[in-house]
Amino acid sequence: MTVSLLPVWAVLTPVLGLCALLLCERWMRPERVAAPFVGLSLYLSLSMTYEVMTSQAPLVYALGGWLPPLGLTLRADGVGVLLMALTALVMTGVAICAWTPPGDATARSRFSFWALLLALWSALNLAFTAQDLFNFFVALEMLSFAAVALVALDGTRGALIAALRYLLFALAGSILYLLGVGLIYGRYAVLDLAGLREIAQPDTVTLAALALMTAGLMAKTALFPLHLWLPPAHAGAPAPASAVLSALVVKAPFLIILRLWVDLLPLPAAAPQQIMAGLGAAAILVCSVIALRQQRLKLMIAYSTLAQVGYLFLMFPLMPGPAPWQDIGWTGGLLQLASHGFAKAAMFLAAGLIYEALGHDRVAELGGLARRQPVTLAAFAIAGLSLMGLPPSGGFIAKLLLLTAAVETGAWWIAAVILAGGILAAFYVFRALGHALADGDPPMAPVALYRQGAVLALALCALALGFVPLRPFALLAIGRPLEALEAMP
Amino acid sequence: MTELLALTLALPLLAGALFIVATASTRAALFGFFAFGLFLALAWVALDAVDVALTEAAIGGGATGLLLLRLNGRMRHPVSLGEPAGPRLKIAAGLLAALVTLALGALLLALPEPAPSLAAATVEPLPALGIGNPVTAVLIAYRALDTLLEIVVLLIAVVGLRALGTDRGWGGRPVPWPEGEPSPALVFLARLLIPAGLVFAVYLFWVGADAPGGKFQASTLVAALWLLAIMAGLAPAPCSGGRWTGRALAIGPLAFIVAGTIGIAAAGSFLAWPEPVAKPMIIAVELALAVSIVVALVLLVAGPPERETGR
Repeated sequence: MTVSLLPVWAVLTPVLGLCALLLCERWMRPERVAAPFVGLSLYLSLSMTYEVMTSQAPLVYALGGWLPPLGLTLRADGVGVLLMALTALVMTGVAICAWTPPGDATARSRFSFWALLLALWSALNLAFTAQDLFNFFVALEMLSFAAVALVALDGTRGALIAALRYLLFALAGSILYLLGVGLIYGRYAVLDLAGLREIAQPDTVTLAALALMTAGLMAKTALFPLHLWLPPAHAGAPAPASAVLSALVVKAPFLIILRLWVDLLPLPAAAPQQIMAGLGAAAILVCSVIALRQQRLKLMIAYSTLAQVGYLFLMFPLMPGPAPWQDIGWTGGLLQLASHGFAKAAMFLAAGLIYEALGHDRVAELGGLARRQPVTLAAFAIAGLSLMGLPPSGGFIAKLLLLTAAVETGAWWIAAVILAGGILAAFYVFRALGHALADGDPPMAPVALYRQGAVLALALCALALGFVPLRPFALLAIGRPLEALEAMP
Repeated sequence: MTELLALTLALPLLAGALFIVATASTRAALFGFFAFGLFLALAWVALDAVDVALTEAAIGGGATGLLLLRLNGRMRHPVSLGEPAGPRLKIAAGLLAALVTLALGALLLALPEPAPSLAAATVEPLPALGIGNPVTAVLIAYRALDTLLEIVVLLIAVVGLRALGTDRGWGGRPVPWPEGEPSPALVFLARLLIPAGLVFAVYLFWVGADAPGGKFQASTLVAALWLLAIMAGLAPAPCSGGRWTGRALAIGPLAFIVAGTIGIAAAGSFLAWPEPVAKPMIIAVELALAVSIVVALVLLVAGPPERETGR
């Protein structure tokens, strides 16, 4: 492992940006204050990815020189830097798209948007690098408060009700998670993942604690049947906020669930994995069908998020080996996470630009869009390709790997669900595309080309993930198995 | 004897919880909530967790109760998001809650005895930090990152709350509370309590190094006194977008990060406290944090601004 301060600065740079926004509120435009911090955070995340890939070792830092179990460490492994790079690219795309706010934006919504965006970025980087169960909780608190406020940003009655419902779900999730952490501390007096990995036993208390934590995290990641809060919240937020919420925010609790069941208490092929996959399968089937019936583009995309989150949970029974990170189920699940992140960010941003141009996002009235906004529509279509799992796209590779893993482990029902989910996604994406390609000449407001270009770039990132070779991806195994930090190196 | 003490504390807690759920009047439930918070704090004292007790009394009972009371005062027409729960739903919820309580009780009984603990490990490095209270050491040294980011959570909450306000009131002051002329009794009480309370807050802040107390409890007390002064018309509420408000909110995290960076150069690690000056540095950072916490708590309880100000 490499000792590096980079993870610390990746968490704190957005915090410095938040402070700068508070200090400069009265005399500078918020996007100008935030821009250097967005650039710096992007640079930090990409250089961390580069460092981990070239050294083939995780970046680790023990804060204050205190080692676990007393102290806290931040550790950026292969999975961590993949998600940080995803976050950095999506955030940058969102920042470019939100640079010129829509005409009706107020000082309140502009300042709050940029402040909350930076807050989310810090929370996500912490969630991807933290190694301590309570440190995760702090990341989740930052994440939930910033995300709920973003949902309420429009200030309409609908947005406020959606935000309140989101808040209640998120807080219920926090309580369940914290109860689990309390039980783990009472049982082991250790909260550090690597330390717990050495001593954790699959006894009643530990399993109950993990179940409580997983249930809480499921509410935050909106896994069926705890998903009711997500569609109104993600569809009601301003489009750049929806992009971040759907592409990134729901992924952080998922990653923590993954760390609990792979890093903390690895249990090969047991009931919890089957239950999680079962819920994921239900999410794919039920929410895809609901997505088909939506009349509004943003609601359709939000229901699609629920289905795509379902795919992530399919990976749990598909990595039965003693080293799960060498199974293709691991690669498939994490590639699904990354490609959905890019694709969904592009899709929500595209929907936002369409809304700005047309003044509505009713699916049936998108006619004429292809001729007037070809770049936005191309981004939408490419992102849709990845959601359906058609080649060449990251979604295709991810779903193919999951499908192969399902066949190899003999989990035929999972294979069937993956195929059915792909067909349903094709229906809802093509339905929207079909309307957009139809003739029509509605009045349209102009949308700057650079913003359309940013959306297209994100969609192309999802496409580029399709060129990852079809085997366990070496980056995702860096830093595994988790090792305890013995001494300050 | 200890069982008797536990029972005398547990019974009012149960009764209080039942009263809060069962009473029809929101106001009565709120006062029940205040009393419940105090009994809960006493229970923590009985468990030798005085730090938790102080926090429970200040935040759990005090600040949260005040927040609810203010909300109740301002909601002239109660809004409901749906139909009120029927008796069947209430019974089902009650049964579910009872089941969860029993399950949690069973899990607590299944925990190992004596409980594994890090208590010994937390005490050993204390002299080098110049601190006598291990709880303070956990907050400011071993898990300093958690503390730093919890302050950021407060900042996010303030930003989020401001975002809920109206566009017209953006950057203004929160609405005065209560509306109209404050009663003379309240003004008298405020004049009496505020100086004494401030002295006690300074004591709590200082004693936190060696005994239960500390910046968080002291800041909550100062925030409560400020709110009292606002209610009595003796002090203005902070201007939510004001120059000084922004500076006060940012100074805590910034001071913490600067101190952490000094730690890299002077003690070899981010957020490490260099030994000879550990105590003065910790106090300086805690003071900065206290400023941020006080302003954040006052802004959170006072609520988002809703009208323009002349400033």
